[in-house]
Amino acid sequence: MIDVQDLIDFFLLRDPNVRWVVLGIMLMSAASAVVGVFAYLRKRALVGDAVSHAILPGVCVAFLVTGIKNPWILLGGAFLSGYFSLWCINLISKHSRIKPDTAIALILSVFYGVGILLLTSIQNSGNANQSGLDKFLFGKAAALVYDDVLVFSFFGVLLILVVMLLFIPFKVMAFDRDFAQSSGLPVNALDTVLSVMTVLAITIGIQTVGVVLMAALLITPAASARYWTHNLRIMVILAAAIGAFSGILGAFVSYEWAKMPTGPWVVTFLSLIAVVSVLFGTHKGVWAKLRQLHRNRLKMLEENILKCFYHLGEQDHSFTIARSLEEIQEKRLFELRQLKKGLKRLTRKKLLLLHADKYALTDQGMEEGKRVTRIHRLWELYLTKHLHLASDHVHEDAEAIEHIITPEIERELEVHLNFPRTDPHQTPIPYK
Amino acid sequence: MDTFWIILTGILVAACCSLLGCFLLLRKMAMVGDAISHAVLPGIVIAYLLAQNRDSLPMLMGAGVFGVLVTVLIETLHKQGKMQIDAAIGVSFTWLFAIGVILISLYAGQVDLDQDCVLYGEIAYVPLDTWNIANREIPRTVGILSILLLGIIAFIVLGYKALFVTTFDEVFAASMGISTAFWHYALMSAVSFTTVMSFEAVGAILVVAFLVGPPSIAYLLTDNLRWMLVLSLLLGILTAITGYYLAVWINGSIAGGMAAALGVEFGLVFLWAPKYGLFFQKKKKIQNMF
Repeated sequence: MIDVQDLIDFFLLRDPNVRWVVLGIMLMSAASAVVGVFAYLRKRALVGDAVSHAILPGVCVAFLVTGIKNPWILLGGAFLSGYFSLWCINLISKHSRIKPDTAIALILSVFYGVGILLLTSIQNSGNANQSGLDKFLFGKAAALVYDDVLVFSFFGVLLILVVMLLFIPFKVMAFDRDFAQSSGLPVNALDTVLSVMTVLAITIGIQTVGVVLMAALLITPAASARYWTHNLRIMVILAAAIGAFSGILGAFVSYEWAKMPTGPWVVTFLSLIAVVSVLFGTHKGVWAKLRQLHRNRLKMLEENILKCFYHLGEQDHSFTIARSLEEIQEKRLFELRQLKKGLKRLTRKKLLLLHADKYALTDQGMEEGKRVTRIHRLWELYLTKHLHLASDHVHEDAEAIEHIITPEIERELEVHLNFPRTDPHQTPIPYK
Repeated sequence: MDTFWIILTGILVAACCSLLGCFLLLRKMAMVGDAISHAVLPGIVIAYLLAQNRDSLPMLMGAGVFGVLVTVLIETLHKQGKMQIDAAIGVSFTWLFAIGVILISLYAGQVDLDQDCVLYGEIAYVPLDTWNIANREIPRTVGILSILLLGIIAFIVLGYKALFVTTFDEVFAASMGISTAFWHYALMSAVSFTTVMSFEAVGAILVVAFLVGPPSIAYLLTDNLRWMLVLSLLLGILTAITGYYLAVWINGSIAGGMAAALGVEFGLVFLWAPKYGLFFQKKKKIQNMF
């Protein structure tokens, strides 16, 4: 399928045409991703979609007013109408009962509709100069020329630089607007800068992927990066890397198979990375969550078994007696398979000893069982004393909390309750 | 006669969309309409490839499947994957749209479709393709849309109570034994079908405009759901008519004209609505100062 020579030629950027396309797409994807992180954090990810649609009327008006197809004039018009659409969205969601998402959808469709109206009107007017105006909007990544790349690189680098310079204020703004305001940051000015950057990224980037897919270039890298880190700096870098990487892959696909469009492939790779991140991301990923859940279950199982051994020891005034499965089951009904699994794990951890099908606590195991029992009883006492719950209502709660309380909280409980001797059921509380 | 059919098509699309849109808006799912209207692209392409023609039924099924698929994808990313809702919407529909564009490029020779037609359709061709019913030539689109409108009205009238309750109070709905999931997906399916039935004529953008525009104007004028439904229906009809003449006046796309007319109407109501308009609110604020 893939020609190795092509692969090498491509990734070593031997072909000068390839070099420009790849460079331009990488820079634009990275810059959009960086700007997108802040839109994402403000829960305004879809604004990008509205702005990219809202660019069309600006392009048409710029053409109608000047009558020439100078890319800078068209870009200027695009930028202005993009910015105006953002302003309208803010106005509507701030000054009426209409919710931001509705305002976004409304502005998106109305602006785009006006754009289509103007564009078709221009096309029907018989102006010979107008052809290709619509190409501005639907992406032409494979046909990028040196001049386009120059523009991309300039704005890409500019956007990334601005984010680096204003990183701290942006960070404060993204997480706590009120704090930013009260600590004297020019919140409104920063807002404007961020809006200008968003519109710029979209105006420039739209030429690589087209109107609809531009939103993905902004949102998807940020959404993916979020699953790997809680640190904003790392998130920004990661989003940029994801953007750039998908950019290269997309460019490669359309280099290798001439029929293939670049933009949609860039977006497809971005989306695949997003799916992988959602599933396997180390911070919020589904897999990481399931693993944590599994670990917590095992921890609870082990602690419950040790506690059961400790209770049996209390009963018989000896903590070293070996117990059979039946004895344990009699004290507390575990599910048999779970119990066996827990016993095996505890034996491996040297908290239990195995003698001829019977298990006994080791010293370490006894300390652990004692600890869990102590927390359980302290918590029961705390609930009856300070929350005035009846003593027969506190067991369930203590069952859950005993697995969670840290040594520090345990210490605080002890001091707070002044080292009580017994719990609400008059059972002694074991200390170290 | 063509003018009549074109305006009637506009009115039918407007009516279908604005009725469903009221519920989308109140459920804070306005952007889901946008997502569905883009995400049906791969469904349409696949249906076209399988059926080898532009028949409505396979396309309808293909688009319906993908319309529901995108809502499932959004829900899964949001609920199971814990992605914030706006990002979940953005990621889902752009991906499906990208796949659609890739499929079109892959089968460029066999598919007489392009992404522009999904975005803005061509209502002016509606009168060309007709059904012969009782010796009268009726445009196919008008026939389909009329049936769809009747279906939607039936859906809303019969399901009114359930839709009302699941929209405003999910917990209460659950306590009454009404399944929120069922009505959620029923509504989403209705939106998908409406999108694909209208897309050929008016394109995704006008569908979104009609889904969101008339309901949000009505939302600024009334607090009562029944009135909101009636008002957005009337506004949709008004928009279709004014939009048509606007487009004719400046010799541009009719779908574009209708969306633009909607923008003007919204602007007027946003500024001068009796209770929720910008000026009234400002006036009240000034009065309160004294």
